[in-house]
Amino acid sequence: MSKRHVSAIVNGDAVEFLTDPGMTLLDALRDELDLTGSKEGCGSGDCGACSVIVDGRLVCSCLMLAAEAQDRRIETIEGMAQGSDLHPLQQKFLEHAALQCGFCTPGILMASKALLDANPDPTETEARYWLAGNLCRCTGYDKIIRAVMDAAAEMRQARVS
Amino acid sequence: MTDVLDRADATPRLKVVGTRPIRPDGADKVTGRAQFGADLTMPGQLVGKILRSPHAHARIVSIDAKKARALPGVKAVVTGADFPNLADEFHEGGEAASNLRDLAMNVMARDKALYDGHAVAAVAAISTAVADEALALIKVVYEVLPHVIEVEAAMASDAPVLHPTMFTEGLDERPALPSNIAKRNRIARGDLDAGFAAADVVIEGRYVTQAVHQGYIEPHACVASWAADGQCNVWSSSQGQFMVRTYCAKVLGLEISNIRVTPAEIGGGFGGKTTVYLEPLALALSRESGHPVKMVMSRDDVFRATGPTSGSVMYVKLGAKKDGTLTAADVELKYQAGAFAGSPVGAGSMTALACYDIANFVITGWDVVSNCPKVAAYRAPGAPIAAFAVESAMDDLARKLDIDPIALREQNGVKNGVKASYGPTFANIGYLETLAAIKTCPQYSMPLGPNQGRGVAAGFWFNVGGESTAAVHINEDGSAVVVTGNPDIGGSRASMAMMAAEVLGVPVEQVRPMVADTASIGFSMLTGGSRTTFATGMAVVQAAEKVVAELRRRAAVIWDVAVDQVVWADGVAVCRDPAKATGKTLTLEGLAGQSGRTGGPISAQVSLNAQGAGPGFGVHVCDVEIDPETGHVTVLRYTAAQDVGKAIHPSYVEGQIQGGVAQGVGWALNEEYIFDREGRMENAGFLDYRVPVASDLPMIDAILVEVANPRHPFGAKGVGEVPIVPPLAAVANAVRSAIGVRMTELPLSPPKIRAALDAKAG
Repeated sequence: MSKRHVSAIVNGDAVEFLTDPGMTLLDALRDELDLTGSKEGCGSGDCGACSVIVDGRLVCSCLMLAAEAQDRRIETIEGMAQGSDLHPLQQKFLEHAALQCGFCTPGILMASKALLDANPDPTETEARYWLAGNLCRCTGYDKIIRAVMDAAAEMRQARVS
Repeated sequence: MTDVLDRADATPRLKVVGTRPIRPDGADKVTGRAQFGADLTMPGQLVGKILRSPHAHARIVSIDAKKARALPGVKAVVTGADFPNLADEFHEGGEAASNLRDLAMNVMARDKALYDGHAVAAVAAISTAVADEALALIKVVYEVLPHVIEVEAAMASDAPVLHPTMFTEGLDERPALPSNIAKRNRIARGDLDAGFAAADVVIEGRYVTQAVHQGYIEPHACVASWAADGQCNVWSSSQGQFMVRTYCAKVLGLEISNIRVTPAEIGGGFGGKTTVYLEPLALALSRESGHPVKMVMSRDDVFRATGPTSGSVMYVKLGAKKDGTLTAADVELKYQAGAFAGSPVGAGSMTALACYDIANFVITGWDVVSNCPKVAAYRAPGAPIAAFAVESAMDDLARKLDIDPIALREQNGVKNGVKASYGPTFANIGYLETLAAIKTCPQYSMPLGPNQGRGVAAGFWFNVGGESTAAVHINEDGSAVVVTGNPDIGGSRASMAMMAAEVLGVPVEQVRPMVADTASIGFSMLTGGSRTTFATGMAVVQAAEKVVAELRRRAAVIWDVAVDQVVWADGVAVCRDPAKATGKTLTLEGLAGQSGRTGGPISAQVSLNAQGAGPGFGVHVCDVEIDPETGHVTVLRYTAAQDVGKAIHPSYVEGQIQGGVAQGVGWALNEEYIFDREGRMENAGFLDYRVPVASDLPMIDAILVEVANPRHPFGAKGVGEVPIVPPLAAVANAVRSAIGVRMTELPLSPPKIRAALDAKAG
């Protein structure tokens, strides 16, 4: 089966790659574009470790075909910091010790960013339900939720001032 | 050995230990740069895949791989015939001893497949697609045998026998026939009959738990390279690179000196990565193909072929006086070991009554094989299961006697000087302090609404020490590097850097912690048994102390004074010789900068076998609300208190406790292995094996009780395992409080709760 050519915008940069028709976006990111920050925990959309943002929507990149990325804008964990400046979510995750092994962290950060993009002032319950598609086995979620709420508050404050 | 008592007394003067700095590996982990097991790619690497048995129990009559080998793009095929058969040999890695013969047969089946998912062949090919095609071309002829899964069924005299060579150990007489019962163990004290005769009340129960998986989010992964000169390199995600090295050498019959293992970042382990599954296969495939081979498990592989911990059936009988004094306990534990002997029933037996001072007891444990994956360590292996039974019975006893559950535990709780049920005499333990912390926490006195209930439970874990190596190097600018051989599974780089910084008297940012490969640091047992902060931390502290002694010596050389006239304070050498200028100082940077003229580079390495790990106790209180229509249990509030000795980095200690609670809540409410009639796992994915998600849990309050362990330089006790011990019973006791029915079979899923409510309503 011949490969398809795909052009997309990944973290602001135009990229091109060849893909088998059956290749997932996650495999294309990891194996074709060397963006291994997105992780595969299940391959079935149940764990969220591969979460990326496609045209503003949070998706599990293991459930999307790479060929579907044509002309899309894709944000991955590698594009979250601005140069050497961490995104407020990344900084708050560090300050709150909201990660232990760190494997689910890229996906949870992308999901959290999608939450705050859509809802800058979530309640704790809203944050918990939004992140319910992202499994973390280490933290019990307590410090993750605190970090997300703290980052949201700081980002709201930054917007006002 | 350091004069540790002085240090523990000096705790209030600590400047780094006990603070909450940002972890040194944090930036890489929030930006996606940290390299986990599946993230390394080597030039020319192949994809390795495993063919797994679809049968729970089957004789492997023949394996024909001719067509697979002939498929273009296939570079290697291996089966059990490619591995040496090993004799029984036990290896102690740091969490639980493993029989290397069984380990090798678990990595690759030989004459029999013993569970659904057991590896029977492996291929290496140029792509995943070709590897998958090759697996489909391997023809395995099986003779399917009767199988057995449940522990009591496996113990029955007519059960299909997995290993014809298995004769139960630990009985008074060697049995005449083989069985699935690998071993019986027994711990006893006093006179059980007299104890029950003296009791005013007796509580009895039968308790059942199901096999549950550690559920780390990162599937097992490795890359292995067998070079033409026989030098082997393995890059893998595990809880111990030295463990991987040992096991690969044994399974493949190699010299340890020819293997170097580099630890990847590890995406969770919880005990489940204290053994090998892929690495020896990847090496064998690399040997045959002449290429590096990468192997990554699917989630289905992880559930079917790794982990889990035991399912169990338990019987508990407690006797007590009217005033609450326990007089007797009879505990029988039957644990699934999976396909090979070695369930954690020994630890379950030793921990079952460890919280209590009872004059008369018998604890009997049964280690039973059956046709499910070989169990692996899971966080305090064996203890949560036994605690579920004993703490449920304690709750029933408190109700029957109308005594507050904390008060009942205080009355019978172990304290310093009491001989533990498992042998040694307790010293420097903080169980009563931990009980007091829960009694006075806000949650314990909060009013409950309709359909709500509150449960309390306690738990114990030994914590271990063991063999560790650490090195401290001073760079020429006065910064420091701390090198250990223990994978950082939840923040240990931070605690290692903090302990070194404390001794060196410098800010923690000046110390960079590294986890080295097996050729770059001396031997360390794996990260497990809650040993790293205690044992490896002790090696770090002693190495840093050697460096400080050397720095004082260098300053003495420069000042031309006796070394005892130089003190080290806050990262600076201070001259105390009145004959010279008292108070003259040399900074660490200054000493490092001229080390070439005072004797060369400044560094130290310490290898030790740490003894005196402090046992840990946890007490938890859980509030739940039951939806009477659906039977769904919501955890409303949760507080966990634990004696941690001394929290080196309190945030990561809290994180260990919160994470252990979450796993325990999942075990109590949702998680279980479900097998179909053919013995195949039916729920081998995160959709159907449901671990707790963020919306399932409330905030989890962690109370750190600090009763110092004088055997550790800063008083630390192991932390990571205790918090999973109490939750199963804490949740079950809360459900009992809410619905008025004692639930004795986990998980407490909605259908079971509904059935209990229906039965109660008549």
